[in-house]
Amino acid sequence: MNENGIRCDGRKVDQLRSISIKVGVLKNADGSAYIEFGKNKILAGIFGPRDVHPKHMANQDSGILRCRYHMSPFSVTERKNPAPSRREIEISKVIKEALQPAVILKDFPRTVVDVFIEVLQADGGTRCAALDAASVALADAGIPMHDLVSACAAGKVADQIVLDINNEEDQEGQADMPIAYMPNLGKITLMQLDGILSPSEYKKCIQTGISGCKQVYEIQRKALMEKYFGNETP
Amino acid sequence: MTNSVILAQLKRDRILELLKEGKRLDDRGLEDQRPLSIDVGVIPKANGSARVRLGDTEIVTGIKIQPDKPFPDLGDKGILICTAEILPLADPNAEPGPPNEEVIELARVVDRGIRETEMLDLHQLVLIENKSVIGIFIDNSVTDAGGNLFDACSYASVAALLSCTVPKYEIKDELPVLVEGVTSKPPIKTIPVSVTMARIGEYIVVDPNSDEEACMDARLTITTNSEGNICAIQKGGSDGFTFEQVVRCSEIALPVGTKIRKQLEKLM
Repeated sequence: MNENGIRCDGRKVDQLRSISIKVGVLKNADGSAYIEFGKNKILAGIFGPRDVHPKHMANQDSGILRCRYHMSPFSVTERKNPAPSRREIEISKVIKEALQPAVILKDFPRTVVDVFIEVLQADGGTRCAALDAASVALADAGIPMHDLVSACAAGKVADQIVLDINNEEDQEGQADMPIAYMPNLGKITLMQLDGILSPSEYKKCIQTGISGCKQVYEIQRKALMEKYFGNETP
Repeated sequence: MTNSVILAQLKRDRILELLKEGKRLDDRGLEDQRPLSIDVGVIPKANGSARVRLGDTEIVTGIKIQPDKPFPDLGDKGILICTAEILPLADPNAEPGPPNEEVIELARVVDRGIRETEMLDLHQLVLIENKSVIGIFIDNSVTDAGGNLFDACSYASVAALLSCTVPKYEIKDELPVLVEGVTSKPPIKTIPVSVTMARIGEYIVVDPNSDEEACMDARLTITTNSEGNICAIQKGGSDGFTFEQVVRCSEIALPVGTKIRKQLEKLM
């Protein structure tokens, strides 16, 4: 970061990378979205509500949500083994738990909604970008939802709290805090932290993350509007 | 509704009713942990070990220290690997087999607490840069699963680390050779303490037991270091937290952590 507070990729401390979201990009999925979040390129596809296999996972009183986050072998500098790593299994779980508060599956007992996420190219902050795409894809699939889930990381780089840290900043940075937020309900649904923050930095980091989530929300909303209402935005 | 769902709902109603009066099922205050007992050196064949009991949860943790190759991109650091397993004898619902997502999350959260606080100075564990380093392997075995495995495994891992001895290795013909009878203390920089809280309705409770975990809305694990900083966080569970609630959680985790840290410091 230089003395004017400009970051290694030319952004200001409170600036997101450029984000574009396309809705309904897959023909065979019930809902889908493609997101470019900086250099991250991620697809999300939704199937369901549909029958649960294996059957013992089914819940008699509600539908269930499942999530698989996966990185393509070619998505990172060194080829990644295609088998799911422990990291991917953990991320699948936290993404599922970030989406659960938003979806309403009470009316679909004994069914499952599957969220499949494929990271085609990774450049830091994939779990947040993946969540942003998955949330839009769930809405595209017509799954009833309380709110969209918007996600974005904040962190500490060169002793400053910054929004949306990229891969380079993550490697050199002092802290990385991914946050997912439901903007209309004011609820944090994913929060993790790697790195060292004082209590006041902690507070500022969450606030910075939430402000980023609110910006992401507008982009998600616009992407959905574009698909369903074209240019004549109501 | 199935019977188990009705039972779970009744339990949640009862827990919430008590919380309204500031009480819990096991008579604790909202910010009280269950009694914690720590024994170290319980497995003499390990380089460090601990048996931790936190209420109805018990963990046996062993540390093995041996030379290894460094990770390709971290040639100037020793290796730290942390695993966890819920043994089939610990829980009627546990099954032997490959770790499921809960267990993987458990191991990674415990690992993150130790790694991100920089508890160990891994630079001091290098024998030959990029070629040979000392590896510290922390294996947590859950022997009794009574809720809040995150904190119990974390305390057991930290206790085992604080009390472990590092064997000495010398390089002969570019290969590490054990020097018999010479050991040193591990390079400890700070003591991480993990504090897990559950949100049930509007209430935040510290150290949830299994009944509370079964009906909680969401969970937050915050790890702090000796300097009073926040170093690692993991949110879990199927609902969320407001901004005020996560700030409140950090204000709880610091003093509760300080209390536990005093108990851990005695082990050094």
